[in-house]
Parts: sequence; structure tokens; C-alpha cells
Amino acid sequence: MSLLDVNDLAVHFGGVKAVDGVSFSVDPGEVFAIIGPNGAGKSTIFNLISRIYEPTRGTIKFDGKDITGLKAHDIAQLGIARTFQNIELFDHSTVLANLLMGRHTHKSTNFVQDILFLPKVRREEREHRHRVEEVIEFLELEAYRNKMIAGLPYGVRKVVEIGRALAIGPKLILLDEPASGLSVEETQDVAFWIEDMRRDMGLTVLMVEHDMSLVNQVSDRVLAVANGKPLAMGTPQEVQSDPHVQAAYLGTAVEDAA
Amino acid sequence: MRIVFKKSYDRDIDLHEHGWSRAKIAVLAGIMILLPFLVGEYYLAEATNTLIWALAGMGLMIAVGHTGQVSLGHAAFLAIGAYANAALMNAGLPFLVSFPLAGIITGVFGAIIAIPAVRMSGIYLAIATLAVFVIVEELVIMLEPITGGVGGIMAPSIQIFGISFDRYGALQNFYWLILGVVALVTWGYANLMRSPTGRSFLAVRDSEVSARALGINVTRTKSLAFGLSTGVTGLAGALMGAYIGFYNYELFSIFISINLLLVVTIGGLGFIQGAFLGAILITAVPQVIAITRDGLNANFGIDLGSVPGLDTMIFAVILILFIIFEPTGLYGRWLKIRVWFEIFPLARRDMFRRQKSYLKTERMK
Repeated sequence: MSLLDVNDLAVHFGGVKAVDGVSFSVDPGEVFAIIGPNGAGKSTIFNLISRIYEPTRGTIKFDGKDITGLKAHDIAQLGIARTFQNIELFDHSTVLANLLMGRHTHKSTNFVQDILFLPKVRREEREHRHRVEEVIEFLELEAYRNKMIAGLPYGVRKVVEIGRALAIGPKLILLDEPASGLSVEETQDVAFWIEDMRRDMGLTVLMVEHDMSLVNQVSDRVLAVANGKPLAMGTPQEVQSDPHVQAAYLGTAVEDAA
Repeated sequence: MRIVFKKSYDRDIDLHEHGWSRAKIAVLAGIMILLPFLVGEYYLAEATNTLIWALAGMGLMIAVGHTGQVSLGHAAFLAIGAYANAALMNAGLPFLVSFPLAGIITGVFGAIIAIPAVRMSGIYLAIATLAVFVIVEELVIMLEPITGGVGGIMAPSIQIFGISFDRYGALQNFYWLILGVVALVTWGYANLMRSPTGRSFLAVRDSEVSARALGINVTRTKSLAFGLSTGVTGLAGALMGAYIGFYNYELFSIFISINLLLVVTIGGLGFIQGAFLGAILITAVPQVIAITRDGLNANFGIDLGSVPGLDTMIFAVILILFIIFEPTGLYGRWLKIRVWFEIFPLARRDMFRRQKSYLKTERMK
């Protein structure tokens, strides 16, 4: 059974059909990439899955459960984590604090217990800290542990955001352009991490990406979208050789003979 | 430069990283406890006032500094705390019961108001809280049986287990009482900020969209923060009422709200210590101005007593200078001075340039 099931998803903003009838399913342990030209509706699909936008029609099922009616803050609890295209970190906190905020869904204490800092709170904090340290080790963030986000270079922030998503301990991670603005070496690191997330952590990865070399390297299947509509789905090679995809990217007319 | 070798996660969880900072707190606490024996009645009363302002400042800091919600209405919550405490004490409850209850009443009131209000942000929230202030001020005048209306009420004298904590009769005891309350609240506040709840406040302040993506219920978090903020402010209001002794609605004017905002902004938004530094500044500056004025008058015959609005103007200038040159406030400046000494002589001129950034609270969305 597939982990994420998107069926006939559509969202219209007034007359603009940002996403119009997109269906796909992601299998457990799969790396699934969504590609498409700017404004194709890729990030909008992410925002629909993380419940920031209300779909006009269609359903999203996660683990067999319909999540279309849930609130945005209920999504993380199910095990869906995400990153943002334009980094959305907590700028005035340290890397460590940012990662700890990713553990929010695992807290079981209420604010009164927190204010009194009962032994239970400390026990949980140790556990959170331990989990976060694993993420720090995985992403090699040791040198930045106590640095403020506001002073960090772009590439590191990008990694911290992946780390914060991992700290949730998700089943599915949505990466919104993980390689945008990164150097070739940094992109290569991201590729290795995605491989490791799948292999060592058993994560399922859904990503939006423009960098085709990264997509080719890590993804099992690719969905190409343009103008909110699906163009092609298949292996990276199949999708790239699809005439409709080439037309969408290069703007050439396609003979609709196929 | 001190390097801390951390051998367990507890070192990150503890309130203090090393024994040295624990020792500093102990020394400070010692001085504060012994203060009644060190200074005269006048300065002890001033210190008491400063502590009350620091308490109110901590209340506002939770909302403005740590959750990013500007409030112009916190004088209203001071008033609710003061009148609730007085009414409960007049109804026969002992101070030990009425005082926490006054805080809870104010906090619950604040949280209920917050449920619709926190859907706004920036200047819109500021205006909404201003409206709350106006409504509460009118209510205070109308609810004459409880509040004494325009005429005002006497604050009931505080007795705990037969010992007098009266502001005039036993100023030392009153000072210790307030010191104890401030210490407890500070401890709770510091605990809050190292726990998941406090972190969720910061998350909501810095990025609501990613807070949601991490599973944080933004509306509930903001209401909780506003409730805690107003609750602490209510406690400060109860003490302020007792400190002033006799008061009516005019004590809790809009200027108190603005002064409280000054406390947190000049002190340093987002730092508990900032509330204290701001409170010291806001209570000391009028004294310094008064002393200077008297001195000028006595020694040089220059009479500034007739210049209206001098205090307000000086406060305004101080605030403007801070916003332009030091958005992180007094505490932020202190941190920079400390770093400069710690790494001496390696400090570079532009070291802190990148850190001059404004919290989202200060931007008007």
C-alpha cells in the first residue's frame, strides 16, 4: 500500500488554477520528485499536503487516512515533516534550539509542569536532546550547535532546516527545493543525505527540485507538472525524454501524434 | 575566556552553564536580601517600586519579547490585578490566597481576550489591546462597589500569619515579600523558556508558518502566552496597588502601558534580564531628573521645574536612540561588552554588525 495517496487534487485561487487534477502516490521508502517550470504549482502541492491551502477538490490520504480535513498543525503529529523553499527558520534562536523545536510533537508535559520544571520535564528534555544530537551528527552540524541562525551562511541554514524536519522523527519528509542556492559540493551532500535518510532511517522522501542532476541521482520516480496539470510520471529518464515535458521546459510545440 | 566542557546533556538543560554564573546569582540574591540593612527608607521604597516594575515588565516581556505580540493595553491588566486582589481581600480572603487568585483571574481574562485578538498581529493587535484598555478603564469607573469608581479605594493592609507586610507600617517586610514574588516568577519564567512551551513561544514569534509545520497550534500558543503575560502583569498590579496604597483608575493610565513597553524595549526584547534593566532605567531616570533639577535650582538658580513634559521628552529621546543604535536594548549592549572583554584583545570592529537585527515584533506587519 502506498504511504501518500494524492487523488485528483486541485486548488483554484479565483480564476487561477494553480493545481488542477494532480494524482500520484508515493510508496514507503521511495524518493519521489516533482519537477516542472516556475509557477507550475509544485510548491502549491506541498502547501496542500501540509494543509496550508484548502484544496478545491480532491483528497490526500496518508497511511490510509484522509488528511484533507485536518488542520495544518495536526500534520506533523502524523509523521509528515517539511522544509520551505525560502528558509523559514527561527532566526533569533540557536541551531540547537531550532532543532529542539522540531521535537514539539513529542512533548507530553503541559505548561504548568514546564514552569515548575518537574523531573518529568527534565527527563523528556534529555530524550529530546539525545534525538537532536543524532540529527546533528547525521548532518554534521556539530560546529554550529550553539550559533544563532541569523549569523549563519545560506548553505548551513538550508541543512538546519532539513535537520529540524528530521527532528520531528517523520515517516515522510517533504523537501521543497533542497538544493536551490547550494554549491555543487553542498548539493552532493544533500544527495548523500537523501540516500541515507531512505536507507538508514527508512524515510520516504517527496521533493520538489529544479536541479536535474540531483533528481536523476536520488529519485526513483518523477512527476512532471506544468500549469498545475500533470505532464508525465515515471523514472527520471522516462520523464525527461517525454516530449510534453521537453515542450514545457523548452517551449517547443509538440506534435500531438503520440 | 571561559570554556565549558559539557559532559552530559544536563549541562545544556540546566539554568546555569557553570558554577560561576550560579555564584553570581547567589551574590546578587544575597545583596538584594540584605538591601533593607544597607540603604535608607527612601531608597528601599524605590527598590520596591523597581521590583514591581520588573515584575510587570516580565509579564509584558512574555507577550512582546518572546511571543511577538505587541500590547498597548497592559495597564488594564495591572488594574484588573490590583482591583481583583483588593476586592478578594476585602471579601475576607487572606493575601496568600487572594494574591495568586488575582493573578489567575487576570490571566484567564487575558487568555479569553486573546482568543480573538491574537488572530491579529503587529499594529492591529496593538490597537485591539488599546481598545481593551479603554473598555477596562470604563469598567473600573462603572463598577463602583468594587473599585470605588472615580473616588478610588484604599489597598487593604497585607497580613500573612499575623505578621504585617504593610507598605507603610513594615516596609522591610513588604520589600522582602515582593523580592520573594519576583524571584519565584523569574525562576518560573526561566524554566518556561528552557522547556518545550517556551520554545513554542519563540517559534510562533519567528515564523508562524513553520511553527504550524512542526505541529504547534499557533492560536492556542498565542493565547497561552497572552494569558501568562497578563497573569504576571496582574500579580504586579496587585503589588502596585498595595505599594501606592490609595488609588483610582488614573493610576493605570495609558502612560503606564507605554512605560511598560519602554521597559521591555529599552531593557532588551527577548531577554528576561531586559525586564529588570528596563525597570531600573524607567524608575531611576525620573529620580535622576528630579535630583538634577533640584541641584541646578539650588546651585545655579536654573529652574527647570516649570518646564512641562521634561521627563517624557527625555524618555522619548532615550527610546529613539535605542531603537536606532541598539535594537537589542540594554541587555544586548551588555552582552556585547561582555564578549569584548572575554575575547580581549581579539574583538573586531564589525563583529556585531550582522547581529543588529530587529525582532518581528518591532516590525509592523
